[in-house]
Amino acid sequence: MEDMKEIILEYVIEEYCDEENDDVTFDTPLISGGIVDSFSMVSLKRFLENKYKISIPDADASPEAFDTVNKIEVLVKRFQ
Amino acid sequence: MAYSDKIKEIYQNQLTGIQEAGLFKQERFIHSSQDAEIEVEFPTGSAPKKVINVCANNYLGLSSHPEVIKAAHEGLDTRGYGMSSVRFICGTQDIHRELENKVSEFLGTEDTILFPSCMDANAGVFEAILTSEDIMISDRLVHASIIDGMRLCAAQHDTFKHSDMAHLEKKLQLHADKRLKVVINDGVYSMDGDTAKLDEMAALCEKYDALLFVDESHSSGFIGKTGRGTHEKCGVMGKIDIITTTFGKALGGASGGCVSGRKEIVEMCRQKARPYLFSNTIAPVVVSGVLRVLDILSQSTERRDKLEENTKFWRKGLTEAGFVLKDGDTPIVPVMLFNAKLAQDFSKDLFDLGIYAIGFFFPVVPQGAARIRTQISAGHEMHHLEKALDAFIQVGKKYDILGKTKQEIIEMYGN
Ligand SMILES: Cc1ncc(COP(=O)(O)O)c(C=O)c1O
Repeated sequence: MEDMKEIILEYVIEEYCDEENDDVTFDTPLISGGIVDSFSMVSLKRFLENKYKISIPDADASPEAFDTVNKIEVLVKRFQ
Repeated sequence: MAYSDKIKEIYQNQLTGIQEAGLFKQERFIHSSQDAEIEVEFPTGSAPKKVINVCANNYLGLSSHPEVIKAAHEGLDTRGYGMSSVRFICGTQDIHRELENKVSEFLGTEDTILFPSCMDANAGVFEAILTSEDIMISDRLVHASIIDGMRLCAAQHDTFKHSDMAHLEKKLQLHADKRLKVVINDGVYSMDGDTAKLDEMAALCEKYDALLFVDESHSSGFIGKTGRGTHEKCGVMGKIDIITTTFGKALGGASGGCVSGRKEIVEMCRQKARPYLFSNTIAPVVVSGVLRVLDILSQSTERRDKLEENTKFWRKGLTEAGFVLKDGDTPIVPVMLFNAKLAQDFSKDLFDLGIYAIGFFFPVVPQGAARIRTQISAGHEMHHLEKALDAFIQVGKKYDILGKTKQEIIEMYGN
């Protein structure tokens, strides 16, 4: 199975990046760094929920919890 | 007294935080009416200085037009000052309905409903027409008022990359199972001055059976051959289901907004939109002014034609001088400086030379994309634009950025 972090990073680059900002790594700040605005975060949440068959309560889907790929992996594992 | 020291301190700390982050916004007092030339008190306490204004949304130069002022006076005399009521109790005059009909005619739509502002139109429309079975798919750069409106609505939401039609199509496919789909975007984007691909969007919406929403605040009155807006420019008049726009920019610049489009959607807003139901509508004096504005624009395209000529001159002048601009052909012309401090210093130097233009930087625009946003008006005469151009070149030389690429400017000043 592909590494979860790799899968999430791939989605983030595909969904949020263009030529100007595609040098994202596992600990690039996504939301505080202005790559993902908090309003667009919803598609990432939907992707994670569908891909890993989990449900992340809105209260846990905070901008802080989604700020880096590393943190997102922790979050997903918490709800698996 | 409930306003204890503890409460006071909470706010003081937050305000200090805003100040320390360099995000504190300060008003500048203008001692004249809005025009190509204005008198600005800056810094606060100093004597007002006469400057050429290149940062107003006064695209058609109608904000202080004598005929509009005359019509407003007449409205004041015949319909009074205030309504002291919301629309559906006793706050609707004949001229409110007349304006709604005139706007529908101007935009080529079925019906229109007035709102106190376009902020209110955007805040109220989605909640009035969508439910949790529906999806709103918005461009990532839509105006803050649209974001607020979407947040107030129970419908699901998703976003697509700015003006990326392939990404939008993917999202339309992804959400094929939803009851209603609405694609949401601005006609002209106020920070970059680029235009939405409304023709492609209309085709996609037809293909996937989605509604199309566009905020025309920075287009109504001057974009398109007869100034009807982005839908005219893109050849899709009659194909936009929901248009919101403001009377607070090109269309006289006072205040007020509307939702215009499909009859049933407008009627839903009349029944359910909260900013319409629970707030007074546009004051009679302003309604009278806007009616006159629409008459002026329907009789002749002279003003929007002049704006187009002015814009061409301005873009050409800045490009030839060696500035980095954002591509486009609208009167919103961002002069890219990339670094926030450079944008602020540049703006201050321009002011000293008699030109009023403001620097924009993060978080209003993305990090590393600081700029001076210039906005051209039909109210500008050639001598205004020539003087402004001279000043830009003089300050550009001072900072040695003329003829430099984005990369070179960033190397010199950081981003
Ligand atoms: C795209 C857009 N929509 C809506 C608004 C709000 O307009 P109003 O001043 O009528 O509330 C603005 C004004 O800044 C705007 O730029």
